[in-house]
Amino acid sequence: MITPVSPQETMPVVTPKPEKKVGAQTYVMTDPPYIAGAYTLVGPKEGAGPLGAAFHQVLSEPQWQEPSWERAEAKMMTTAVEAAIAAAGWGIPDVDLFLAGDLLNQIMAANISARSIGIPFFGIFGACSTMAQGLALGAMLLDGGFAHRVVTAASSHHHTAERQYRVPNELGTQRPMTAQWTVTGSGAAALAAGQVPGPPAGTGTAETQAYVEGAGGQSTANIRVTHVTVGKIMDLGQKDAANLGPAMAPAAAHTILTHLQDTGRQVSDYDLIVTGDLGQVGLEMAFQLLRSEGTDPGKRLTDCGVLIYNHERQDTHAGGSGCGCSAVVLLGYLLRLLNEGAYHRILFVGTGALFSPTSFQQGESIPGVAHGIVLESQTTMWQH
Amino acid sequence: MEKILLAFVIGGLLCLLAQLLIDLTPFTITPGHILVGYVTVGALLSAVGIYGPLVQWAGAGATVPLSGFGHALAQGAIRSVEQRGLLGAFGGGIEATSIGVAAAVIFGYAMAVIFNPKG
Amino acid sequence: MPFNFEKLAPPVFDQMVKEVKPKPTVLKNAVLAFVVGGLICALGQIMFFSYLSMGLPEQDATSATAGTLVFLGALLTGLGWYDTLGKFAGAGSIVPITGFSNSIVASALEFKREGYIFGVGAKMFIIAGPVLVYGFMTSALIGLTYYLVR
Repeated sequence: MITPVSPQETMPVVTPKPEKKVGAQTYVMTDPPYIAGAYTLVGPKEGAGPLGAAFHQVLSEPQWQEPSWERAEAKMMTTAVEAAIAAAGWGIPDVDLFLAGDLLNQIMAANISARSIGIPFFGIFGACSTMAQGLALGAMLLDGGFAHRVVTAASSHHHTAERQYRVPNELGTQRPMTAQWTVTGSGAAALAAGQVPGPPAGTGTAETQAYVEGAGGQSTANIRVTHVTVGKIMDLGQKDAANLGPAMAPAAAHTILTHLQDTGRQVSDYDLIVTGDLGQVGLEMAFQLLRSEGTDPGKRLTDCGVLIYNHERQDTHAGGSGCGCSAVVLLGYLLRLLNEGAYHRILFVGTGALFSPTSFQQGESIPGVAHGIVLESQTTMWQH
Repeated sequence: MEKILLAFVIGGLLCLLAQLLIDLTPFTITPGHILVGYVTVGALLSAVGIYGPLVQWAGAGATVPLSGFGHALAQGAIRSVEQRGLLGAFGGGIEATSIGVAAAVIFGYAMAVIFNPKG
Repeated sequence: MPFNFEKLAPPVFDQMVKEVKPKPTVLKNAVLAFVVGGLICALGQIMFFSYLSMGLPEQDATSATAGTLVFLGALLTGLGWYDTLGKFAGAGSIVPITGFSNSIVASALEFKREGYIFGVGAKMFIIAGPVLVYGFMTSALIGLTYYLVR
């Protein structure tokens, strides 16, 4: 028989604040996970862009001898994941979890990729913020002690996105000046928990080692994820699917400002704050919103979508977009700069426009999201 | 020769109008909107007797743009009503445009069999 | 604590976006649309004259011209050239009947990988379907009206 407890006997319940959480939306890694390996591959257009040399692999044609563009996208992700694992000096059985997503209906590229890789898998969707989402979840799972090794990946493909979200590729139509060009590319990062030893010489099979060298994979074990700021959905009523930057700009500004508030940091504490794919219009809107709150990031704020193409020469209008955009710019270009010491600490803010063709046609405004990840180059213990 | 030049100018102007609608109006206007709009407005203009004279004057300049497709639909319906009464109202437009529509379907299918999308 | 910009009304934010938006190159687009659209129509006129000189009656020459232009639009789409033309010509390659053909072939081609029934067959009309729906509806309405008032 259960005796009801009288109110006088109960202690006032005080839920303790989660120990790794600071402020409203930010999580601090107690033992920051590190990026043990990364790999990016892009289509020919991205390879011909200003960052072309930073990517690990450039495809000569977007279909990559596959029967469809969708299969090509899945193959890109699979390749990136296997190469990132190889770059970390691991084997596939070493990896506890695989977190990935893309822009296709029901994230099919990630599903197909996970099917062939065979690592326990969580499919994730954050539209173009998927890479940030994957890194955030990966870092939290690792620091929370749920896994030792996690691989996270994101991909997008211009032709698969175009036919799903817009119009058939062969339709003769002009893209508005505000439109962005979906990046054909995939990036994967192999994340390890802080206490997991880095790759001593000779680990991994001869095969994977050869892969690393042959594919130009790099060890980035000194780069750690120190903070994660999980973004809230922001929606200021933008409805134009051909102008997604301004739909995501409020989310980006909100996440940046909240991150600074939560951590008590200044813009100047970062060498770079880089948003995912706001494009030129969205980046300008983010500047305006940040300034309206008294924060002027100046030259320290830029955007992966603005960096990836030469917009005049490559006819990409407002910039690059897609899951692949921030994935390849972060894991290809920015990671190298961190590794080489050009940057010490960056705040990566992956942005996503969470709409579907259905929601757009029904006149729904576009919910925007942005997740912040702090990447810092730190000397690791095992290097000493 | 004069007729060809006229077709160029009038056809060009009809396209120019659509381009200005796309670029200067605040609405999101896609090719789908343009095609539907031109066919519908072309049919209505034809019904009230404006498009017919334009076709007489500008020839292909008025028949090649999709508004000409609307004109053919409208005139087909009217002609057929005169011949067959009420039944003609339903079938006339489709009969008058059947060659163009069937051509589009047949060639569309053939191209899909022959070619692959290049992107 | 919410930031001030979170309370921006959609029209206010819209206005801010409008000021930042790059403007389309109206004049260049207009000239290209005029020239390309005009050339396609002029080509149609030449075809029409050729069919007339072959002895076709006027009505049939018009239909044959439409059919030939539809074929050309379809072929250029299949070869992958029409989208490039469309990028420059804008409405100049949408409004002529070749654009109607392009909308059918582009869709049919693109969804070939989803099969011949639900891919090619069904998706062929994702853009051209509404044109036929509203075209036939308007035509029937005009016919009915004419039947009632004549």
